[in-house]
Parts: sequence; structure tokens; C-alpha cells
Amino acid sequence: MNILIFLVPAALLLGLLGLVAFLWSLKTGQYDDLEGAAERILFDDDEPEKDRPEKD
Amino acid sequence: MNDTAAIAEENPGADPEFFVRETEDGQARLDLVVAGMHCAGCLRKVEGALKNLDGVEYARANLSTKRVAVRWNPSRLKARAIIHTLAATGFTAVPFDPKLLGTLDEQESRSLLKALGVAGFAAANVMLVSVSVWSGLVTDMDATTRSFFHWVSALIALPAIAYAGQPFFRSALKALRAKTMNMDVPIALAVILATTMSLVQTMVNARHVYFDASVTLLFFLLIGRYLDVQARAKACSAAENLLGLRATAATLIAPDGTHRSIAVENLEPGMKVLVVAGARIPADGEILTGVSEVDTSLVTGESLPEQVKPGAPVFAGTLNLGAPLIVRVTKRDDDSLLAEIVRLMETAEQGRARYVRIADRAARIYSPAVHIMAAATLALWFALGAPWETSLTYAISVLIITCPCALGLAVPVVQVVATGRLLRQGVLVKAADGLERLAQAGTIVFDKTGTLTLGRPHLVNGDDMARADIALGAAIAASSRHPLAVALAAHGKELPRPLLKNVREEPGMGLEAQLDGETIRLGNAEYAGGQQRDMHGGSELWLRRGNATPVCFRFEDTPRPDAKEVIDALKARGFTVELLSGDREPAVRRLAETLGIAIWHAGARPAAKIARLEELTKEGHKVAMIGDGLNDAPALRAAHVSISPADAADVSQTAADFIFQGTRLAPVVEAIDVARKSRTLVFENFGLALAYNAVAVPLAVAGYVTPLVAAVAMSSSSITVTLNSLRLNLARRAKPPREV
Repeated sequence: MNILIFLVPAALLLGLLGLVAFLWSLKTGQYDDLEGAAERILFDDDEPEKDRPEKD
Repeated sequence: MNDTAAIAEENPGADPEFFVRETEDGQARLDLVVAGMHCAGCLRKVEGALKNLDGVEYARANLSTKRVAVRWNPSRLKARAIIHTLAATGFTAVPFDPKLLGTLDEQESRSLLKALGVAGFAAANVMLVSVSVWSGLVTDMDATTRSFFHWVSALIALPAIAYAGQPFFRSALKALRAKTMNMDVPIALAVILATTMSLVQTMVNARHVYFDASVTLLFFLLIGRYLDVQARAKACSAAENLLGLRATAATLIAPDGTHRSIAVENLEPGMKVLVVAGARIPADGEILTGVSEVDTSLVTGESLPEQVKPGAPVFAGTLNLGAPLIVRVTKRDDDSLLAEIVRLMETAEQGRARYVRIADRAARIYSPAVHIMAAATLALWFALGAPWETSLTYAISVLIITCPCALGLAVPVVQVVATGRLLRQGVLVKAADGLERLAQAGTIVFDKTGTLTLGRPHLVNGDDMARADIALGAAIAASSRHPLAVALAAHGKELPRPLLKNVREEPGMGLEAQLDGETIRLGNAEYAGGQQRDMHGGSELWLRRGNATPVCFRFEDTPRPDAKEVIDALKARGFTVELLSGDREPAVRRLAETLGIAIWHAGARPAAKIARLEELTKEGHKVAMIGDGLNDAPALRAAHVSISPADAADVSQTAADFIFQGTRLAPVVEAIDVARKSRTLVFENFGLALAYNAVAVPLAVAGYVTPLVAAVAMSSSSITVTLNSLRLNLARRAKPPREV
């Protein structure tokens, strides 16, 4: 069962990575306008970096 | 959002410059409410138009809240240009009061979402380990590996519970301090006890730990709570948009004669303000110069505009229809109408019995029962000679299994589904317990002007009149904002219009114009030379061409298109319907007769309205008040539950528990149906939760509940309750969902 010493931390690390990603996306305001985000995918051209939503 | 557009249009006086804030790096920032933005195309047009403006650094539209944030270089662009650009693109944009931004609800939902993320992560990972342990228990797992897994669970669960459990711990603590019980008390207790016991079990290397039960419980309950807050935040943000649309600045005339914008709340007695035609009067005052007509329907319920001249008092919230006025702000006199209304609202607020929500009432019975049962289990096993550790374990497992996961979800899930469904029908649920209170109402009291009626006059004798007269009347009326003129112009907008010259308006009297060398006059009887008839609640305009005999247009404030059906539908559901209006008797009587309302009261001042509601309450009726005017606001507060249309006075909207949009009254019936259906579903959910407990509790008392059994029982009961709540969406819809 020594393999567990690697696998369990690996599983936790991946989960933690997901959590951090979620908290980051929340902090950068990506959940502020879910309806708008659903529609924006229909735009043809990509928007430049500076137009991303910002925090107040 | 039809109504927002309408409100925006009637408010030309708003000066955007006043709402501009300066950001740290010297840019100007403005938040705008954009009515009628609901697709990808609109988003693109709005953002595109703004970004093409010279000087705009940033423009981002939010489709969920219908707001746009713009940042620009103030030296290169003025705020007015931004609004004009949007208007040219076809969108009505109105500055949004920055004070309303970033409200408490928003912060609360954000922190709940964070807690939800943490609980979700912990639940998934602890479950991963727990499932391994459960399968290990029946196969070949040795004690060392099991212990290792338990420690891993503890490592994940402890910090996660400490963080994600906070909303429940805080609320439970608050309830205990106030010496009451709410659902969060048993939840917090079960989570803390289960976690502590599992930690001890882990230390002594026992077979069963309950970390998974604690974190999944938190995860499920946080979902319910987040959805609840989110649904309410959405309704509130829509309500804020409606109010924000009217957060207009007043135009102050400084002693040196210059004009500048000032916030309405900064107005001081003695200041002079300019009120342009079509704008609302910002404060109580006295007219210095100007003759005009003032629409007081929002304040008094009176359907006819009132003529005002220098020296006359005017009230905040009334609409200036005719010519520009200069008003001197007077001190709020204690007998002024507004002061009376404010005083009445405060009294009504104190008098309103504190309503205890269904969930909290259930918790008051449920929590002591559960805690007594756990204590009894402990005592029983101890008396039977079991060691105290075992007895304590069984007692805690009773707490875990009865922990009101299903009970905690029973109310919020129904609430979320109901709020969402009503939002799609144009009804905003503002009060958290509004649906519960609405379900209890048995008597419905309506206001007249603006509630049962549209609050706008309509031409009633159009069929008896010559087309040429209507066309001529409409043509001349088109240049006035007087409500009768607007109604006439709207009636004749299809007809070809004669070409008029030299149209001019005599405030308070009428309009005059030239056509083929003849003088045409449209106005009151005196002005146009007509013979005034009996004024039975309606109103009239006279049209005279040259020296011909004048003709009379008669107008009435028409009921909302579906008022009759709604009253019938309410009666069919067993409601007593009453009409309580501040308008004059003939108008009220006629409407009551048309709509078939047996009980009606006319000429009721705000205090009389409250008195009537108190009388009804004393007789044991639960009253739902539906009204829109400033004069209704105290009554809306005093009633058991209250509903306002979206074009109501600000104060009334703030006082009301529900707000409905659109010209139809049908959303009221829909709200009542949904509220009643919700109550049934909530009770069904309680029944389901109790049935599940009836099976699970004996098992727990007998000591048969392992973590696996607890997990299965908890998830299945939560899912059953959620599915049952979703049935509300399947229920038949009363009317087509949305009008355009």
C-alpha cells in the first residue's frame, strides 16, 4: 500500500488546484454576469485583454 | 423591461454629470441602467458604440443586471455625450446612483459562493477517501491504512468545516443570543458534534468516522442558502434599477442666477429649484414663478391634474405637466402631506406584528425534540450498561441522522423555484417571507388610480366624433405633455394630420394654433368657449375651430385591461375584495360597479386607509394591500402583505413586499397562486423529512447507523425534497408569461 503515499497527496493536490482556480475566477468577477457570458460566446472577434471585467 | 423605458422617458431632467465618480487614476466612471438590453446583439451594440467614442477607456455591459460600467477621460468627453450616443443607438440609458452599487446581498452571495466552493472541494475529497474505507471495511483493509485514511479525512474536513460552516455557526449563535431557535441551531450543533466525535474516533483508531457526513451536510445546505440569496438578490437588483432610474438630481438656481445639479437630499429650505415640464418636483415647496398643471396622482390618488400658480404649495413626487416652474423649497411643515405619510409609516412599522417564518416555527418544535431524543438515547444505553463512549457515539449518531438536511432544504428550494418563476412573469419578490405571508391572505384591498386603473386618461367618446375633429385635435394636442392632450394625440396618431402653424400653449388653459387663417383652440371649457358638463369623475377637452360650435372630447381613467377578470378570479378563489381610494366618490363608485366590487371607500386619506386595514385585522382578516401612490405607502406597510406596480411611487415600492411589472394585473393572481402552491409544497417537504426521520431515528437509537447508512439516508432525503420542490415549475401557468 506504499503507493498511497503518492496517490493520496496527488489526488488532494489536484482537488486543491480546482478549488484555487474556482476562488480565483470568483475573485476576478467571472461570476458577476453569467447571462452575459453565455451570450458573449456568440461574438465573432476576440476582445483585447484590457476589456476583461475588473474588480470594483 | 418595458416599464423602465417608460419611466426613463418621462424623466428628461436627470443630469448624468452628477452621478459621475472619479477613479484613482483620474478617469471618470459612470454606471448606467440600460433598458431593453437582452441579447448578444444588444451587448455588442452598446459596448461597440461606447468604445468608439473618443476618450472612452473601458465599457462593460452586464446582461444579468442590465447595467453598463463606463470609464473615460473626463477632459475629452462629457457624460451627456455617452447617454446621447446610447440613445442614438436605440437604448435608453439612465445614470445609476453609485450609492446603490455593491449592496449587502451581493457581498453575502459572494461569500456564500466561496464557502460553497470550499465545502464542495472537501465533500468530494472526503467522500473519495470514505468510499475507500467503506469498501475496505468489507474486504482486506488493515487498521493502519484505515487510520491513515481517517487522518487524511480529518486533515481536509477540519479546516473546511471551520471555514464553510461559518454562515450556520454565526446564525445559530445569533439565534441563541436572542434566546430563540432557528434551523441553524440543530445544524451547527450536529456538525460540531459529529466533527468532534470523528476526531476522537480517529485518535483512538476506531472503525467509524463521520467527517463525510459533516461536510456533505454543509455542502447541501450551502447550495440551498446560496440559491436563496441569489434569487432574492436578482429581484432586488431589478427593483434597484427601477428606483435608480428615478434617482434624479434637482436643478438648483444659485443666488447669482447660475444653474447646477444637486442631490435631492441636499436640498435645504429656502433654496430655489427649477422644475422643467415633464419632471418630478424634487421637494415640498412653494411656487415662485410659472403657471402650470401638476399631476398629483402618485401622491393623493386624485386622477385629474391640479392647476398651480405662484404662491401655491407643491409636493415632492408630483409631476409638472405644463410649463417650467421655479419652486422655493419650504421647510417640511408638520402638517404637510409628506410629513403625515412619513409619520404614519413609522407607526405602521411598529404596529406590524413580527412574523415568524415557517422554517423557524418548525425549528422551535423540531430542535428540542431532537435534542431530547439524543439525550434519551445516551441515558438509555448508559442505563443498559454500555460503556459511556459507546452511549455517546449512539447519541451523536441520532443527532447526525436527524440533522435537518432535508428540513433545511425544505423551505429555501421552494422559495428559489417560486421566486424564479415569478421573476419570469414580471413579479419581483422583495421580502424573504413575502410568499409565506401572501399565502395566508384572505382579503385583498385595492387602491384605485394607478393600481386598478392605468392612471392615464383615455378618450371615451371617440366613436361619436367626426374623424376630422379627432385628427385636428390630435395634431394640436401632439405639442403638449398634458395627460389629456397626450391621450388625445395617442388616439388620433393613425389619422392624417392637418398642417398647423404657430402652435402655442397657455399653461393651465389650453393650446392655440392657426390653420388656413382660422384660429383653433383646444383646452378647457372656458378657454375654448364650451359649456362645461357635470364632471362625474371624468374630464374633458374642448376644441373650437374659428367661430364654429366647440366639440367636446371626454376622457376617463380606464381600468387595467384585465382588471375585471382578475377581480373575478380572486373572488373565485374565495377572496374578499375591497376598493379603498383617495379619489372622489363618483369616480370610485363607477369603477367599483364596473368591476363588481361590493365594498368600496372613497376619499380616504392615508390615515383613513390605515384605520380601515386595522379594522379588518381586528376582525381577524389577513389583508393583502395592493397600491401604488405615496398615499398608499403607510397602508402597504400596515397590511399583512403588500404588492405594488412597478410604476408606483418610490416610497411605495420600498414599502411593498412584491412588485409587478407591465400594464396587466394578472401577475397578482399568479403571485397568489404561486404563494399558495409554495406553502403546500413546503408542508409536503416537511412531511417527507419527517417520514424519513421516522425510519432513520429508531435505527440510530438502536445503534445501527454507520457512516455509510447516514450518507445514503441524508443524500436520498435531500434529493427527494429538492425534486418535490421542482414540481412547482410543472404547475400550470395562469397566463402567457411575458408581454412585450
